[in-house]
Amino acid sequence: MPLPKFRLEKTGAPLWFRGLIPVITLALTFILTSGLIIWGKANPFEAYYYFLIDPLSGRVSFLEVLVKSTPLILTGIAVTVAFVSGYYNIGAEGQLYAGALAAAWLGTVLGGVSTPVAIPLMVIGGFVAGMAWALIPALLRVYLNVDEVVTTLLTNSIILFIISAILNGPWRDPQSGWPQSPEIAESTRLPQLVERSRLHFGLVIALIAVAVVWFILTRTSFGLKLRAVGLGKEGARFAGIHVERTMLIAALISGGIAGIAGYVEVAGIQYHLIGELSPGYGYTGIIIATMGGLNALGVGASALFFGLVETGAQTVSRALGVPVYLGEVTQATMLLVILGMFLLQRYRIRRV
Amino acid sequence: MVAAMFIATLTAATLRVATPILLAAIGETFSERAGVLNLGIEGIMFLGAFVGFYVADITGSLWTGLLMAIVSGALLGILMAFFTVSLRVNQHVSGLGITLLASGLALYAFRLNYGGRSTPPSIPPFEQIIHLSNIPVLGTVLNQYLLTYIAFLVIVPLSWWVMYRTSFGLKVRAVGENPEAADAAGINVFRIRYIVLAAGGGLMAMGGAFLSLAQLGAFTHGIIAGRGWVAIALVIFGNWNPSKVMLGSLIFGGTYALQLRLQAMGLQLPIPYETFLALPYIVTIIALVVAGRKASYPAALLKPYHRE
Repeated sequence: MPLPKFRLEKTGAPLWFRGLIPVITLALTFILTSGLIIWGKANPFEAYYYFLIDPLSGRVSFLEVLVKSTPLILTGIAVTVAFVSGYYNIGAEGQLYAGALAAAWLGTVLGGVSTPVAIPLMVIGGFVAGMAWALIPALLRVYLNVDEVVTTLLTNSIILFIISAILNGPWRDPQSGWPQSPEIAESTRLPQLVERSRLHFGLVIALIAVAVVWFILTRTSFGLKLRAVGLGKEGARFAGIHVERTMLIAALISGGIAGIAGYVEVAGIQYHLIGELSPGYGYTGIIIATMGGLNALGVGASALFFGLVETGAQTVSRALGVPVYLGEVTQATMLLVILGMFLLQRYRIRRV
Repeated sequence: MVAAMFIATLTAATLRVATPILLAAIGETFSERAGVLNLGIEGIMFLGAFVGFYVADITGSLWTGLLMAIVSGALLGILMAFFTVSLRVNQHVSGLGITLLASGLALYAFRLNYGGRSTPPSIPPFEQIIHLSNIPVLGTVLNQYLLTYIAFLVIVPLSWWVMYRTSFGLKVRAVGENPEAADAAGINVFRIRYIVLAAGGGLMAMGGAFLSLAQLGAFTHGIIAGRGWVAIALVIFGNWNPSKVMLGSLIFGGTYALQLRLQAMGLQLPIPYETFLALPYIVTIIALVVAGRKASYPAALLKPYHRE
């Protein structure tokens, strides 16, 4: 085994290297994915132009990047709150659907209220639903020590069956027969932010969530407790922190924010609930939270970048005929590359 | 006789449904016993299902497809080892990264090679091997794919034997319980973890390939549908012991087979059929709660090993 010829020494990387990390990450990701692009009979440089630059060059596509970023900001922030406390909530995908379910229902019963009243009510509705769906895995983890990674993954599968049962049962569209819920009332939809675009008020809600979570994590004693629990349960307990309760609250806030992501997708984009509402926003949120270094502002920035990747994957697919799944591969590659980079940032390689 | 036939078809379906999850869960059992939680399992199964299908389609050989699927799983296992053992990255995040990478690769390659077709591509799958049509009940139960026999009669006993009766198995358990002591005793912690993750990845991919090469003869987007996560739950339920993991896979398989039978019988039930689809997942969570209370996790699970 030739591996231990080098030794990693714990040390801070020099500042110039930290600045280079995004550049190196992008370059490595480009090299690693270019083989696939060539297999797809396209030029990697041309493909990356359509992937990362073309979407930013036009007004319509730039706004579309923000549209795609909106749910990702929310799932990224949701995952961050849980991960900071050491609770591995992999269930943001399911909690998103719980919030979407609540929004689709509220959207049909709140027809009489005005939009400024409907928005806070539905934000709360989405939050409560996401929280409720996060409750069982959180309780099992905190009080019965059942691994939350496994239970949240399993509950992600379960809620898709529930949604399918509802959409094929009571909510099946009576006219078309499609498995989709009735359209939500006009007044419960999120208003457009820019004329003739899909950009909606959900982006503002997402940015507020970033600000609130940033404030909680960095400026409140509760945020300090969260981070203490995440750094080590025993130490936190020794410091007099109620570890179980802190972790439970983090898990529920996390689920709640993911639920809001479901609400903004229903009320801002689709106007009804469909089974394919999310192409994995909950899972992408985990990548985003990691790449943002579990720092609320970093997570917001990394979500915007992933909005670009999602939009760009469609642009490159339309322009060059490369399968749209290039987006997924690129996201995953980038995650793995940056995980390695984080390590180099904390350690220095020394020849033994 | 009707009841006997019902039980026979149910048992046969239970074994069939349990096979891919059992294979993957045995792979995960070894990985976790060596101290690494491999959340790449779902993606490794998915890519294994695709590679098996694709290679079998272009070469015309199901066995070549299966072999290449196992190789793809072993490579992803090595990649997982590189991140968690050599770079010592968080196991949860790198495992999910592997799942996303493998799923993305499979979907990309599938669209690239079969994207233009109007009908989903299919291949003639493996055949069930025993035809004892004159023995009604037993014949139904025994008529299984060769891979099912291999999983239950070769891989489970073999993995139990390796785990508890060989020095390699002892090393694996030592590395997962107390890597410092193992290292002091002259065991190469890194090498053991690399080997186990590669072999485990191969088994996971074999489980995925069973679905595309035997059960379906096709590859679809929903082919794995959370079976990898179920396998992870079964490992905890089975207390990291291959024979108990097999028991867990039979409980899951039985629940799943029962809902298949009930659906096939076309009973008019007052509850939606999705209830039955969700049932195996709910049963898994309950089993996890019951077993999880006395679960003894490998002590070094999730902990990277630093050689000082």
